[in-house]
Amino acid sequence: MAKTFQELMADLRKELTEIEPEQLAKMRSGPPEISLIDVREMDEFRQGSIPGAIHIPRGFLELKIEDRIPDRNTPVVLFCAGGTRSLLAAESLRRLGYGQVSSLIGGFRRWKDEGRDCETPAVLGDWERQRYARHLAIPEVGEEGQKRLLEAKVLLIGAGGLGSPAAFYLGAAGVGTIGICDFDVVDESNLQRQILHTTDRVGTDKTESAKTTLLALNPRLKVETFNERLSSKNVARIFEPFDVIVDGSDNFPTRYLVNDASVLLGMPNVHGSVYRFEGQVTVFWPGKGPCYRCLYPEPPPADMAPSCAEAGVLGILPGVIGLLEAVETIKIILGIGDILIGRLLAYDALKATFHELKLRKNPECAYCRSGIEFPGFIDYEQFCAVPSATAS
Amino acid sequence: MSQIRIPTPLRKFTGGMDEVPGSGNTLRAVLENLESQHAGIRKQICDSNGELRRFVNVFINEEDARYLAGLDSEIKEGDVISIIPAIAGGTKNRPGE
Ligand SMILES: [Zn+2]
Repeated sequence: MAKTFQELMADLRKELTEIEPEQLAKMRSGPPEISLIDVREMDEFRQGSIPGAIHIPRGFLELKIEDRIPDRNTPVVLFCAGGTRSLLAAESLRRLGYGQVSSLIGGFRRWKDEGRDCETPAVLGDWERQRYARHLAIPEVGEEGQKRLLEAKVLLIGAGGLGSPAAFYLGAAGVGTIGICDFDVVDESNLQRQILHTTDRVGTDKTESAKTTLLALNPRLKVETFNERLSSKNVARIFEPFDVIVDGSDNFPTRYLVNDASVLLGMPNVHGSVYRFEGQVTVFWPGKGPCYRCLYPEPPPADMAPSCAEAGVLGILPGVIGLLEAVETIKIILGIGDILIGRLLAYDALKATFHELKLRKNPECAYCRSGIEFPGFIDYEQFCAVPSATAS
Repeated sequence: MSQIRIPTPLRKFTGGMDEVPGSGNTLRAVLENLESQHAGIRKQICDSNGELRRFVNVFINEEDARYLAGLDSEIKEGDVISIIPAIAGGTKNRPGE
């Protein structure tokens, strides 16, 4: 004979484990580590939840649980608003083979009434949820990660060959604030690789051109432009408000200013460089790994550096390297994966190979060794007497 | 025999070759032999005292030779030596622009 709803609930209460808020409070401080799942609907979740809870609305629970909690022996605690939906959800998980499932008695309402730990989760508006749907579908990003991207501030040094693809994808990904530092104007010969710019903008400032393109792609971005040459005078002021620096510059004076400011401010410096068919990428993150000066304490003298006549790069190469820089930037913001700290990734386009070299912190580095006073910024001489630019 | 990866800016010394065979049991010997095959290249890597230049890093497989034994680092059969000079990185390749 079919059961009534009341009978079904009574049976489930006998068969499944229910816990009091007091017990959950103890379990949250572990060990063992528990997974806490909020099975309510989005509009309920948005108004407040238990810190650390994973939000999976009950209608999606069976679909998503294996992805979020692959280990069926993980202790799982489910909660809803009052304790009914979470009990039904617990039954579903039991059927899927989860062995240590319990449901919170009284749900979030009682938890909150008892004055326990609550937070308003980072949630997105409808526009963001639609726009970044493919990010939200990845557990490593999700709403929380997308929120981080939207709050992140990334400064690009140069809106050129490396900065263009990096800025494009960072803007598309919803990195909320993008700073662009470049004092050059768009030249027709840039367009072979600098995809932020367009033919009709030849002769206009690169910063403005970049801003126009980025806002057309993603109108909710905040684009801050610095139409100035980086120098010892302005570098700290320009860098200070940002979280991550993406170095796409093409000259040694700028490279060293970028490095030294990132050491001074403790900011990650995502470094890329290209030369004809070869490119390199790494992350210099003071405190976590070597800095640029650990590798190259001083720039080469003019007569030892590659000559000005050797100009040229395969246009698509800075595309590859700039995008690798963007990938590392996104990982830094999200705090996921193994960041390229202390590793130089070298790409050879002709051979179609990547190889990796280990970069070590120089214990005698004049800028980043511990316990030293910051030696100050240096404006190295620019040793090619040609019309200058910041961006590669 | 080892293998030496020649970076783009130094290929003018190797007739455009991006890799050349290396011979010798130490990095010093390998670089001396490299010079005898491709005159002028050693000066780009080592200074007048014969030490590695500070704006060039030499890796033996994945390791920076400076953190091994420098020019005295042992080179074994099949080792890959990579020469990585500081590159400003510009697509214009004007180093000090
Ligand atoms: Zn350092």
